[in-house]
Amino acid sequence: MNSASAPFDSALFPEGVKRCKFKWFLFWVAVVHGPLMVGVIAMLMCWGLALNVTYLNNNYPFGLWIAADLGIIALGAGAFFTGFLRYIVNIDELKNIVNYAVVIGVVCYAAAQGILGVDIGQPLRGWFIFWHANVHSMLTEVAFCITCYFSVLCIEYLPLILENRQLNKLGFFHGMAHHLHGAMPTIAAVGVFLSFFHQGSLGGVPGVLYGRPFAYREGFLVWPWTFFLFILSAIACGPCFTILCTWITEKCAGKRLVKRNVIDILAKISGRLLVLYLVLKTLDTVYWVVIAEKVGAPLSSFYANQPFGYWVLITELGILGVIPAIILLNAKARQNENILIIACILNCSGIFMNRWIMTVQALAVPVMSFDKFISYRPNWIEYASTLMFVWLGVVVIMLSYRYLPIFPQEKELNPS
Amino acid sequence: MFPFAFEWVPEATRYVFMGSLYAVLITLIIILHYCAIRAFLDMICKKDDHNSHH
Repeated sequence: MNSASAPFDSALFPEGVKRCKFKWFLFWVAVVHGPLMVGVIAMLMCWGLALNVTYLNNNYPFGLWIAADLGIIALGAGAFFTGFLRYIVNIDELKNIVNYAVVIGVVCYAAAQGILGVDIGQPLRGWFIFWHANVHSMLTEVAFCITCYFSVLCIEYLPLILENRQLNKLGFFHGMAHHLHGAMPTIAAVGVFLSFFHQGSLGGVPGVLYGRPFAYREGFLVWPWTFFLFILSAIACGPCFTILCTWITEKCAGKRLVKRNVIDILAKISGRLLVLYLVLKTLDTVYWVVIAEKVGAPLSSFYANQPFGYWVLITELGILGVIPAIILLNAKARQNENILIIACILNCSGIFMNRWIMTVQALAVPVMSFDKFISYRPNWIEYASTLMFVWLGVVVIMLSYRYLPIFPQEKELNPS
Repeated sequence: MFPFAFEWVPEATRYVFMGSLYAVLITLIIILHYCAIRAFLDMICKKDDHNSHH
Protein backbone atom coordinates (compact mmCIF):
# COMPACT_ATOMS: atom_id res chain seq x y z
CA MET A 1 0.00 0.00 0.00
CA ASN A 2 1.56 3.33 -1.02
CA SER A 3 1.47 6.34 1.27
CA ALA A 4 -1.25 8.07 -0.80
CA SER A 5 -3.76 5.24 -0.37
CA ALA A 6 -2.83 4.43 3.24
CA PRO A 7 -5.36 5.41 5.93
CA PHE A 8 -4.45 8.69 7.60
CA ASP A 9 -3.96 6.94 10.95
CA SER A 10 -1.62 4.32 9.42
CA ALA A 11 1.32 5.65 11.45
CA LEU A 12 -0.37 4.14 14.50
CA PHE A 13 -0.76 0.64 13.01
CA PRO A 14 1.57 -2.18 14.04
CA GLU A 15 4.65 -2.48 11.79
CA GLY A 16 4.05 -4.10 8.39
CA VAL A 17 0.30 -4.82 8.63
CA LYS A 18 -2.66 -3.52 6.68
CA ARG A 19 -5.90 -2.13 8.09
CA CYS A 20 -9.11 -0.90 6.49
CA LYS A 21 -9.75 2.75 5.69
CA PHE A 22 -10.47 4.97 8.67
CA LYS A 23 -13.99 5.85 7.42
CA TRP A 24 -14.91 2.14 7.35
CA PHE A 25 -13.49 1.68 10.81
CA LEU A 26 -15.58 4.61 12.06
CA PHE A 27 -18.64 3.23 10.26
CA TRP A 28 -18.40 -0.13 12.05
CA VAL A 29 -17.74 1.53 15.39
CA ALA A 30 -20.87 3.63 14.81
CA VAL A 31 -22.89 0.50 13.90
CA VAL A 32 -21.88 -1.15 17.18
CA HIS A 33 -22.82 2.01 19.05
CA GLY A 34 -26.50 1.55 18.06
CA PRO A 35 -27.29 -1.43 20.35
CA LEU A 36 -24.74 -0.09 22.82
CA MET A 37 -26.80 3.09 23.29
CA VAL A 38 -29.96 0.99 23.86
CA GLY A 39 -27.99 -0.72 26.65
CA VAL A 40 -26.98 2.66 28.09
CA ILE A 41 -30.67 3.68 28.22
CA ALA A 42 -31.52 0.38 29.96
CA MET A 43 -28.68 0.88 32.44
CA LEU A 44 -29.83 4.45 33.22
CA MET A 45 -33.37 3.16 33.73
CA CYS A 46 -32.08 0.59 36.25
CA TRP A 47 -30.14 3.23 38.13
CA GLY A 48 -32.77 5.96 37.87
CA LEU A 49 -35.98 3.97 38.36
CA ALA A 50 -34.53 1.18 40.54
CA LEU A 51 -34.50 -2.56 39.88
CA ASN A 52 -38.28 -2.90 39.75
CA VAL A 53 -38.01 -2.04 36.05
CA THR A 54 -36.55 -5.54 35.65
CA TYR A 55 -38.28 -8.91 36.14
CA LEU A 56 -36.09 -9.77 39.13
CA ASN A 57 -38.08 -10.45 42.29
CA ASN A 58 -37.74 -12.15 45.68
CA ASN A 59 -37.98 -15.56 44.01
CA TYR A 60 -35.28 -14.66 41.52
CA PRO A 61 -32.74 -12.29 43.05
CA PHE A 62 -30.23 -14.00 40.72
CA GLY A 63 -31.44 -13.64 37.14
CA LEU A 64 -29.91 -13.03 33.75
CA TRP A 65 -27.28 -10.63 35.10
CA ILE A 66 -25.72 -13.08 37.53
CA ALA A 67 -25.98 -16.02 35.12
CA ALA A 68 -24.34 -13.90 32.39
CA ASP A 69 -21.75 -12.74 34.88
CA LEU A 70 -20.78 -16.29 35.75
CA GLY A 71 -20.77 -17.28 32.08
CA ILE A 72 -18.63 -14.33 31.00
CA ILE A 73 -16.15 -14.94 33.81
CA ALA A 74 -15.88 -18.61 32.79
CA LEU A 75 -15.29 -17.60 29.15
CA GLY A 76 -12.67 -15.09 30.30
CA ALA A 77 -10.76 -17.94 31.95
CA GLY A 78 -8.94 -18.30 28.62
CA ALA A 79 -6.79 -15.33 29.67
CA PHE A 80 -5.47 -16.75 32.92
CA PHE A 81 -5.22 -20.30 31.61
CA THR A 82 -3.39 -19.32 28.41
CA GLY A 83 -1.10 -17.14 30.55
CA PHE A 84 -0.53 -20.09 32.87
CA LEU A 85 0.31 -22.38 29.92
CA ARG A 86 2.57 -19.78 28.30
CA TYR A 87 4.48 -18.38 31.28
CA ILE A 88 4.40 -21.15 33.89
CA VAL A 89 4.09 -24.41 31.89
CA ASN A 90 6.20 -22.66 29.20
CA ILE A 91 4.42 -23.71 26.00
CA ASP A 92 6.28 -21.31 23.71
CA GLU A 93 3.89 -21.46 20.72
CA LEU A 94 1.15 -19.84 22.81
CA LYS A 95 3.06 -16.53 22.76
CA ASN A 96 1.27 -16.03 19.43
CA ILE A 97 -2.19 -15.98 20.98
CA VAL A 98 -1.62 -14.98 24.61
CA ASN A 99 -1.91 -11.24 23.77
CA TYR A 100 -5.35 -11.73 22.29
CA ALA A 101 -6.36 -13.94 25.21
CA VAL A 102 -5.45 -11.01 27.50
CA VAL A 103 -7.56 -8.57 25.45
CA ILE A 104 -10.51 -11.00 25.61
CA GLY A 105 -9.93 -11.41 29.35
CA VAL A 106 -9.96 -7.63 29.91
CA VAL A 107 -13.20 -7.37 27.93
CA CYS A 108 -14.85 -10.26 29.81
CA TYR A 109 -13.89 -9.08 33.27
CA ALA A 110 -14.77 -5.45 32.51
CA ALA A 111 -18.16 -6.72 31.29
CA ALA A 112 -18.64 -8.84 34.42
CA GLN A 113 -17.90 -5.88 36.67
CA GLY A 114 -20.07 -3.57 34.57
CA ILE A 115 -23.01 -5.97 34.82
CA LEU A 116 -22.51 -6.15 38.59
CA GLY A 117 -22.42 -2.35 38.66
CA VAL A 118 -25.93 -2.34 37.14
CA ASP A 119 -27.11 -5.27 39.25
CA ILE A 120 -26.24 -3.75 42.63
CA GLY A 121 -28.49 -0.81 41.74
CA GLN A 122 -26.35 1.73 43.58
CA PRO A 123 -22.83 1.40 42.12
CA LEU A 124 -21.62 4.36 44.18
CA ARG A 125 -21.85 2.02 47.16
CA GLY A 126 -19.86 -0.71 45.44
CA TRP A 127 -16.90 -0.08 47.75
CA PHE A 128 -18.98 -1.30 50.72
CA ILE A 129 -18.05 -4.89 49.89
CA PHE A 130 -14.37 -4.07 50.50
CA TRP A 131 -14.78 -1.97 53.60
CA HIS A 132 -17.68 -3.82 55.24
CA ALA A 133 -16.54 -7.23 54.01
CA ASN A 134 -18.57 -10.24 55.10
CA VAL A 135 -15.59 -12.56 55.42
CA HIS A 136 -17.84 -15.62 55.82
CA SER A 137 -19.30 -15.19 52.32
CA MET A 138 -17.95 -16.78 49.16
CA LEU A 139 -19.28 -13.77 47.23
CA THR A 140 -16.86 -11.52 49.15
CA GLU A 141 -14.01 -13.71 47.97
CA VAL A 142 -15.41 -13.48 44.44
CA ALA A 143 -15.63 -9.68 44.61
CA PHE A 144 -12.06 -9.36 45.96
CA CYS A 145 -10.61 -11.77 43.41
CA ILE A 146 -12.48 -10.37 40.40
CA THR A 147 -11.46 -6.78 41.07
CA CYS A 148 -7.86 -7.78 41.81
CA TYR A 149 -7.71 -10.03 38.76
CA PHE A 150 -9.10 -7.23 36.59
CA SER A 151 -6.16 -5.13 37.81
CA VAL A 152 -3.83 -8.00 36.85
CA LEU A 153 -5.39 -8.13 33.38
CA CYS A 154 -5.00 -4.37 32.97
CA ILE A 155 -1.30 -4.71 33.89
CA GLU A 156 -0.99 -7.51 31.31
CA TYR A 157 -2.76 -5.30 28.75
CA LEU A 158 -0.53 -2.29 29.53
CA PRO A 159 2.58 -3.51 27.60
CA LEU A 160 0.39 -4.06 24.53
CA ILE A 161 -0.72 -0.42 24.65
CA LEU A 162 2.84 0.75 25.25
CA GLU A 163 3.99 -1.28 22.22
CA ASN A 164 1.84 0.81 19.91
CA ARG A 165 4.20 1.94 17.14
CA GLN A 166 4.19 5.61 18.15
CA LEU A 167 4.11 5.17 21.93
CA ASN A 168 6.97 2.68 21.72
CA LYS A 169 9.24 5.36 20.26
CA LEU A 170 9.28 7.05 23.67
CA GLY A 171 12.14 5.62 25.71
CA PHE A 172 10.27 5.31 29.00
CA PHE A 173 7.28 3.52 27.47
CA HIS A 174 9.55 1.20 25.49
CA GLY A 175 11.46 0.30 28.66
CA MET A 176 8.28 -0.07 30.71
CA ALA A 177 6.80 -2.49 28.16
CA HIS A 178 10.07 -4.45 28.07
CA HIS A 179 10.30 -4.79 31.85
CA LEU A 180 6.59 -5.63 32.18
CA HIS A 181 7.17 -8.49 29.73
CA GLY A 182 10.01 -9.65 31.98
CA ALA A 183 7.73 -9.57 35.02
CA MET A 184 4.94 -11.40 33.21
CA PRO A 185 5.53 -14.86 34.81
CA THR A 186 5.03 -13.32 38.28
CA ILE A 187 1.96 -11.39 37.12
CA ALA A 188 0.59 -14.57 35.49
CA ALA A 189 1.16 -16.50 38.74
CA VAL A 190 -0.82 -13.87 40.70
CA GLY A 191 -3.54 -14.13 38.05
CA VAL A 192 -3.68 -17.91 38.38
CA PHE A 193 -3.98 -17.65 42.18
CA LEU A 194 -6.83 -15.13 41.93
CA SER A 195 -8.63 -16.93 39.11
CA PHE A 196 -8.46 -20.27 40.88
CA PHE A 197 -10.25 -18.84 43.88
CA HIS A 198 -12.89 -16.71 42.18
CA GLN A 199 -13.78 -19.29 39.54
CA GLY A 200 -14.11 -21.83 42.33
CA SER A 201 -15.99 -19.58 44.71
CA LEU A 202 -18.56 -18.80 42.04
CA GLY A 203 -19.27 -22.53 42.07
CA GLY A 204 -19.12 -22.56 45.84
CA VAL A 205 -21.99 -20.09 46.12
CA PRO A 206 -24.72 -22.55 44.94
CA GLY A 207 -22.83 -25.52 46.40
CA VAL A 208 -23.19 -24.34 50.00
CA LEU A 209 -26.96 -23.73 49.79
CA TYR A 210 -27.84 -26.63 52.10
CA GLY A 211 -31.52 -25.62 52.07
CA ARG A 212 -31.68 -26.27 48.32
CA PRO A 213 -31.04 -29.93 47.44
CA PHE A 214 -30.84 -29.06 43.74
CA ALA A 215 -27.69 -27.03 44.26
CA TYR A 216 -26.17 -28.31 47.50
CA ARG A 217 -23.09 -30.54 47.29
CA GLU A 218 -20.77 -32.08 49.82
CA GLY A 219 -17.10 -31.36 49.37
CA PHE A 220 -13.57 -31.04 50.67
CA LEU A 221 -12.98 -28.88 53.78
CA VAL A 222 -14.99 -25.66 53.23
CA TRP A 223 -15.22 -26.14 49.44
CA PRO A 224 -18.19 -28.01 47.92
CA TRP A 225 -17.53 -30.15 44.81
CA THR A 226 -19.06 -27.39 42.65
CA PHE A 227 -16.04 -25.25 43.61
CA PHE A 228 -13.71 -27.63 41.75
CA LEU A 229 -16.16 -28.34 38.92
CA PHE A 230 -16.48 -24.63 38.17
CA ILE A 231 -12.69 -24.22 37.94
CA LEU A 232 -12.39 -27.24 35.67
CA SER A 233 -15.28 -26.20 33.42
CA ALA A 234 -13.88 -22.65 33.12
CA ILE A 235 -10.42 -23.80 32.04
CA ALA A 236 -12.01 -26.31 29.66
CA CYS A 237 -14.08 -23.68 27.85
CA GLY A 238 -11.88 -20.54 28.19
CA PRO A 239 -9.42 -21.63 25.46
CA CYS A 240 -12.36 -22.51 23.17
CA PHE A 241 -13.71 -18.98 23.58
CA THR A 242 -10.27 -17.60 22.67
CA ILE A 243 -10.30 -19.78 19.54
CA LEU A 244 -13.83 -18.63 18.72
CA CYS A 245 -12.97 -14.92 19.12
CA THR A 246 -9.82 -15.39 17.02
CA TRP A 247 -11.88 -17.04 14.27
CA ILE A 248 -14.47 -14.23 14.32
CA THR A 249 -11.68 -11.62 14.17
CA GLU A 250 -10.07 -13.47 11.25
CA LYS A 251 -13.39 -13.54 9.39
CA CYS A 252 -13.97 -9.81 10.02
CA ALA A 253 -10.40 -8.94 9.00
CA GLY A 254 -10.51 -11.29 6.02
CA LYS A 255 -7.11 -12.83 6.77
CA ARG A 256 -5.31 -15.41 8.89
CA LEU A 257 -3.94 -14.01 12.14
CA VAL A 258 -2.76 -17.11 14.04
CA LYS A 259 -1.17 -20.30 12.72
CA ARG A 260 -3.23 -23.49 12.88
CA ASN A 261 -0.75 -25.32 15.14
CA VAL A 262 -1.30 -22.71 17.89
CA ILE A 263 -5.07 -23.11 17.65
CA ASP A 264 -4.66 -26.88 17.65
CA ILE A 265 -2.65 -26.84 20.91
CA LEU A 266 -5.38 -24.84 22.66
CA ALA A 267 -8.16 -27.04 21.20
CA LYS A 268 -6.39 -30.25 22.26
CA ILE A 269 -5.84 -29.02 25.83
CA SER A 270 -9.42 -27.80 25.99
CA GLY A 271 -10.72 -31.18 24.77
CA ARG A 272 -8.79 -33.15 27.39
CA LEU A 273 -9.94 -30.86 30.19
CA LEU A 274 -13.51 -31.06 28.94
CA VAL A 275 -13.39 -34.87 29.08
CA LEU A 276 -12.02 -34.75 32.63
CA TYR A 277 -14.74 -32.26 33.57
CA LEU A 278 -17.48 -34.41 32.03
CA VAL A 279 -16.30 -37.53 33.88
CA LEU A 280 -16.23 -35.69 37.23
CA LYS A 281 -19.50 -33.88 36.52
CA THR A 282 -21.20 -37.20 35.66
CA LEU A 283 -19.89 -38.78 38.89
CA ASP A 284 -21.07 -35.73 40.82
CA THR A 285 -24.50 -35.91 39.15
CA VAL A 286 -24.92 -39.64 39.91
CA TYR A 287 -23.83 -39.13 43.56
CA TRP A 288 -26.13 -36.10 43.88
CA VAL A 289 -29.11 -38.05 42.49
CA VAL A 290 -28.55 -40.89 45.01
CA ILE A 291 -28.08 -38.57 48.01
CA ALA A 292 -30.98 -36.29 47.07
CA GLU A 293 -33.27 -39.33 46.70
CA LYS A 294 -32.32 -40.41 50.24
CA VAL A 295 -33.25 -37.02 51.75
CA GLY A 296 -36.65 -37.04 50.02
CA ALA A 297 -35.90 -35.01 46.91
CA PRO A 298 -36.17 -37.42 43.95
CA LEU A 299 -34.63 -36.46 40.61
CA SER A 300 -38.07 -36.09 39.02
CA SER A 301 -38.92 -33.27 41.47
CA PHE A 302 -36.01 -31.20 40.13
CA TYR A 303 -37.18 -31.50 36.53
CA ALA A 304 -40.95 -31.39 37.03
CA ASN A 305 -41.46 -27.76 36.02
CA GLN A 306 -41.12 -26.50 32.47
CA PRO A 307 -39.03 -25.04 30.99
CA PHE A 308 -36.61 -26.85 33.33
CA GLY A 309 -37.40 -30.42 32.20
CA TYR A 310 -35.03 -33.37 31.72
CA TRP A 311 -33.96 -31.84 28.42
CA VAL A 312 -31.84 -29.40 30.45
CA LEU A 313 -29.70 -32.21 31.88
CA ILE A 314 -29.43 -34.02 28.54
CA THR A 315 -28.55 -30.85 26.63
CA GLU A 316 -25.98 -29.64 29.15
CA LEU A 317 -24.05 -32.88 29.50
CA GLY A 318 -24.77 -34.52 26.15
CA ILE A 319 -25.19 -32.07 23.29
CA LEU A 320 -23.12 -29.25 24.79
CA GLY A 321 -20.65 -31.53 26.61
CA VAL A 322 -19.98 -34.91 25.04
CA ILE A 323 -20.22 -33.78 21.38
CA PRO A 324 -17.64 -30.94 21.64
CA ALA A 325 -15.39 -33.21 23.75
CA ILE A 326 -15.39 -35.90 21.01
CA ILE A 327 -14.62 -33.30 18.34
CA LEU A 328 -11.86 -31.62 20.35
CA LEU A 329 -10.19 -34.95 21.14
CA ASN A 330 -10.16 -36.05 17.51
CA ALA A 331 -7.11 -34.69 15.67
CA LYS A 332 -8.79 -34.99 12.23
CA ALA A 333 -11.93 -33.19 13.41
CA ARG A 334 -9.78 -30.41 14.91
CA GLN A 335 -8.10 -29.86 11.54
CA ASN A 336 -11.47 -29.06 9.95
CA GLU A 337 -12.03 -25.42 10.82
CA ASN A 338 -15.82 -25.49 10.58
CA ILE A 339 -16.15 -28.54 12.83
CA LEU A 340 -13.69 -27.05 15.31
CA ILE A 341 -15.68 -23.83 15.49
CA ILE A 342 -18.93 -25.79 16.01
CA ALA A 343 -17.23 -27.60 18.91
CA CYS A 344 -16.11 -24.28 20.40
CA ILE A 345 -19.63 -22.82 20.09
CA LEU A 346 -21.15 -25.91 21.74
CA ASN A 347 -18.55 -25.87 24.52
CA CYS A 348 -19.07 -22.16 25.27
CA SER A 349 -22.87 -22.57 25.12
CA GLY A 350 -22.54 -25.50 27.55
CA ILE A 351 -20.75 -23.35 30.08
CA PHE A 352 -23.40 -20.64 29.80
CA MET A 353 -26.13 -23.23 30.25
CA ASN A 354 -24.37 -24.69 33.29
CA ARG A 355 -24.13 -21.25 34.91
CA TRP A 356 -27.79 -20.53 34.11
CA ILE A 357 -28.81 -23.85 35.70
CA MET A 358 -26.71 -23.31 38.83
CA THR A 359 -28.11 -19.82 39.42
CA VAL A 360 -31.61 -19.57 37.92
CA GLN A 361 -32.83 -23.20 37.98
CA ALA A 362 -31.34 -23.66 41.45
CA LEU A 363 -33.62 -20.87 42.67
CA ALA A 364 -36.59 -22.01 40.56
CA VAL A 365 -36.96 -25.52 41.98
CA PRO A 366 -39.52 -25.39 44.83
CA VAL A 367 -38.06 -26.48 48.17
CA MET A 368 -41.01 -26.60 50.59
CA SER A 369 -44.18 -28.63 49.99
CA PHE A 370 -46.22 -25.40 49.95
CA ASP A 371 -43.83 -23.64 47.54
CA LYS A 372 -45.14 -22.95 44.07
CA PHE A 373 -43.04 -22.90 40.94
CA ILE A 374 -42.74 -19.39 39.57
CA SER A 375 -41.27 -18.85 36.14
CA TYR A 376 -38.72 -16.20 35.22
CA ARG A 377 -37.97 -14.60 31.89
CA PRO A 378 -35.65 -11.59 31.69
CA ASN A 379 -37.14 -8.45 30.11
CA TRP A 380 -35.57 -6.23 27.45
CA ILE A 381 -33.91 -4.01 30.04
CA GLU A 382 -31.97 -6.96 31.43
CA TYR A 383 -31.03 -8.18 27.94
CA ALA A 384 -30.03 -4.74 26.68
CA SER A 385 -27.95 -3.83 29.74
CA THR A 386 -26.17 -7.20 29.60
CA LEU A 387 -25.48 -7.04 25.87
CA MET A 388 -24.27 -3.45 26.24
CA PHE A 389 -21.01 -4.74 27.66
CA VAL A 390 -20.65 -7.19 24.78
CA TRP A 391 -20.85 -4.28 22.31
CA LEU A 392 -18.43 -2.29 24.44
CA GLY A 393 -16.08 -5.28 24.29
CA VAL A 394 -16.41 -5.38 20.51
CA VAL A 395 -15.28 -1.73 20.33
CA VAL A 396 -12.28 -2.46 22.60
CA ILE A 397 -11.32 -5.43 20.40
CA MET A 398 -11.71 -3.32 17.23
CA LEU A 399 -9.45 -0.61 18.65
CA SER A 400 -6.92 -3.14 19.95
CA TYR A 401 -6.79 -4.97 16.62
CA ARG A 402 -6.32 -1.75 14.66
CA TYR A 403 -3.66 -0.09 16.77
CA LEU A 404 -1.93 -2.70 18.94
CA PRO A 405 0.40 -5.58 18.03
CA ILE A 406 -1.77 -8.37 19.40
CA PHE A 407 -1.11 -10.92 16.64
CA PRO A 408 2.66 -11.49 16.29
CA GLN A 409 2.17 -13.89 13.32
CA GLU A 410 -0.04 -11.55 11.27
CA LYS A 411 2.83 -10.07 9.23
CA GLU A 412 4.29 -13.50 8.44
CA LEU A 413 0.91 -14.97 7.47
CA ASN A 414 -0.05 -11.99 5.30
CA PRO A 415 3.04 -10.79 3.41
CA SER A 416 2.33 -7.54 1.52
CA MET B 1 -10.83 -2.27 55.88
CA PHE B 2 -7.65 -1.87 57.86
CA PRO B 3 -6.85 -3.54 61.22
CA PHE B 4 -6.70 -0.11 62.88
CA ALA B 5 -10.27 0.78 61.80
CA PHE B 6 -12.72 0.71 64.70
CA GLU B 7 -15.02 -1.73 62.83
CA TRP B 8 -12.28 -4.36 62.55
CA VAL B 9 -13.15 -7.64 64.28
CA PRO B 10 -10.03 -9.64 65.18
CA GLU B 11 -10.96 -13.06 63.76
CA ALA B 12 -8.92 -15.51 61.67
CA THR B 13 -11.08 -15.33 58.51
CA ARG B 14 -10.80 -11.54 58.44
CA TYR B 15 -7.00 -11.71 58.67
CA VAL B 16 -6.90 -14.33 55.88
CA PHE B 17 -9.29 -12.43 53.57
CA MET B 18 -7.95 -8.94 54.06
CA GLY B 19 -4.36 -10.19 54.36
CA SER B 20 -4.62 -11.96 50.98
CA LEU B 21 -6.19 -8.87 49.41
CA TYR B 22 -3.44 -6.57 50.62
CA ALA B 23 -0.72 -9.13 49.73
CA VAL B 24 -1.97 -9.22 46.12
CA LEU B 25 -2.34 -5.44 45.89
CA ILE B 26 1.14 -4.86 47.36
CA THR B 27 2.64 -7.42 44.93
CA LEU B 28 1.05 -5.65 41.95
CA ILE B 29 2.13 -2.21 43.17
CA ILE B 30 5.72 -3.44 43.69
CA ILE B 31 5.82 -4.98 40.19
CA LEU B 32 4.53 -1.79 38.56
CA HIS B 33 6.95 0.42 40.49
CA TYR B 34 9.87 -1.93 39.81
CA CYS B 35 9.17 -1.85 36.05
CA ALA B 36 8.68 1.93 36.04
CA ILE B 37 11.90 2.58 37.98
CA ARG B 38 13.90 0.18 35.75
CA ALA B 39 12.45 1.85 32.63
CA PHE B 40 13.30 5.29 34.01
CA LEU B 41 16.87 4.22 34.84
CA ASP B 42 17.28 2.67 31.38
CA MET B 43 16.11 5.90 29.83
CA ILE B 44 18.57 7.98 31.91
CA CYS B 45 21.47 5.60 31.10
CA LYS B 46 20.67 5.69 27.38
CA LYS B 47 20.60 9.50 27.47
CA ASP B 48 23.98 9.51 29.22
CA ASP B 49 25.40 7.08 26.63
CA HIS B 50 23.95 9.22 23.87
CA ASN B 51 25.52 12.42 25.33
CA SER B 52 28.92 10.76 25.91
CA HIS B 53 29.08 9.62 22.25
CA HIS B 54 28.78 13.24 21.16
